[in-house]
Amino acid sequence: MNMIFYIAAFVSIISTGLAITGKNAIHALLFLILSLLSISIIFYILGAPFIAALEVIIYAGAIMVLFIFVIMMLNVGLEKEMEKKWLRPRMWILPTILAAILLINFLIMLKTVHFEKTKEVVVLPKQVGISLFTTYLIGVEIAAILLLAGIIGAYHLGSQKKKVIHRFMEKN
Amino acid sequence: MNYAFIIAGVLLVVLNIAALLIWLERRLLALWQDRYGPNRVGPFGILQVLADVIKIFFKEDWIPPFSDKPVFVMAPGILMATILLTFAVIPFAPGFLVFDSNIAILFFLGNSSLGVYSIVLGGWASNNKYSLLGAMRASAQMLTYEVFMGISIMGVVMMADSFSLKEIVEAQEKTWFIFPQFAGFLVFLVAGIAETHRLPFDIPEAEGELVAGFHSEYSGMKFGLFFVGEYLGVTLISAIIVVMFFGGWMGPAFLPPVFWFFFKTFIFICFFILLRASLPRPRYDQLMEVGWKILLPLALINILATGAIILFL
Repeated sequence: MNMIFYIAAFVSIISTGLAITGKNAIHALLFLILSLLSISIIFYILGAPFIAALEVIIYAGAIMVLFIFVIMMLNVGLEKEMEKKWLRPRMWILPTILAAILLINFLIMLKTVHFEKTKEVVVLPKQVGISLFTTYLIGVEIAAILLLAGIIGAYHLGSQKKKVIHRFMEKN
Repeated sequence: MNYAFIIAGVLLVVLNIAALLIWLERRLLALWQDRYGPNRVGPFGILQVLADVIKIFFKEDWIPPFSDKPVFVMAPGILMATILLTFAVIPFAPGFLVFDSNIAILFFLGNSSLGVYSIVLGGWASNNKYSLLGAMRASAQMLTYEVFMGISIMGVVMMADSFSLKEIVEAQEKTWFIFPQFAGFLVFLVAGIAETHRLPFDIPEAEGELVAGFHSEYSGMKFGLFFVGEYLGVTLISAIIVVMFFGGWMGPAFLPPVFWFFFKTFIFICFFILLRASLPRPRYDQLMEVGWKILLPLALINILATGAIILFL
């Protein structure tokens, strides 16, 4: 099991790095999908098969397809030169400092806090469902309200007056 | 050791079935259109596929210079991999199963949603307007129908109380789920046809409008993979329908369970072919409209009704 974890983690780190540094947007997204798939393997061996499946279905299968759909339509790739101009080295300074602070924080935490070894308990889909609809019901409801707001917003943005197109004239 | 045999057997049978389906489809279409179809190579023309494969191997495997090469080469492989992986969780008979997963249905849904990539990326990497249009239609169509596909089988999951396909088959000992879950079955069937982008829902490749849609630029064995992948998809969806709604391997005891499984799957495959012979292709927006306005509410009402009945019984 440990070996599988290390392989998946290795693939995940490498592909995430390639996703960030990649110049070609579609290739970068493909690496991101690879990273999500390897993370789903990690979830699976940690004993969360349901979350692993959702990671694939929702993140890799639905959200990333939408990303690719949009980028496919935009025909990006010609903007490589522009990107070089926009992303000046100076822009990296502040995020790098903040990330470094976080990294130091993390290292100190690893040193001082003692973690218990994770118990290998498999959480079945049924248990996830039961705890979602009892203990964490409020979270589910908030997410539902958020999604409803999203649907209404999308409907509002996408709604148009119905056009009647005649062969000779256009009525509005 | 046992597993190795099952895996090899499943791969062998499934790939050969997919290849034979090409012949079967041509023969059946010919039968329904009152003509002969391929009947020269071997008995009843059954070796036609072999001849086609030999021909396809000797064709030039051309990668367009204007394409995105790595993605172009990868796309047909994704299709085959995702479909073949899903066969791992299908219970063919008691004990004849590669991987009895407790998330088998989710595994199937995940793989079918990853399968979208092969078509989208294949169309995009071809760098051709027709292919891109096909890829665009495919991604919209398959994303839409994935939603109903997932929702429509939740009724079955609720009744069987499990995501495991083996337990779903065992739960159908008394009645097949087609009877209590008829609405779910209808939605799943339509979504399954759209997901395999078979006629009448072959809008991504609509040869009347888009040359060959997403695989316009593919030639040689890469086209062959897309072609066989389509038949593999038909076999997969038929097998899943049989497992979820028609009792899987259940049947009268005078024949072995594997026979019943293959017999039922075969009937559904023939049904898929009959659909091709009989129905015209809808327009793109009609497909979307039917999906969101009829199938989605139907699937949701089905879940609600099933849940209510299970709760109050």
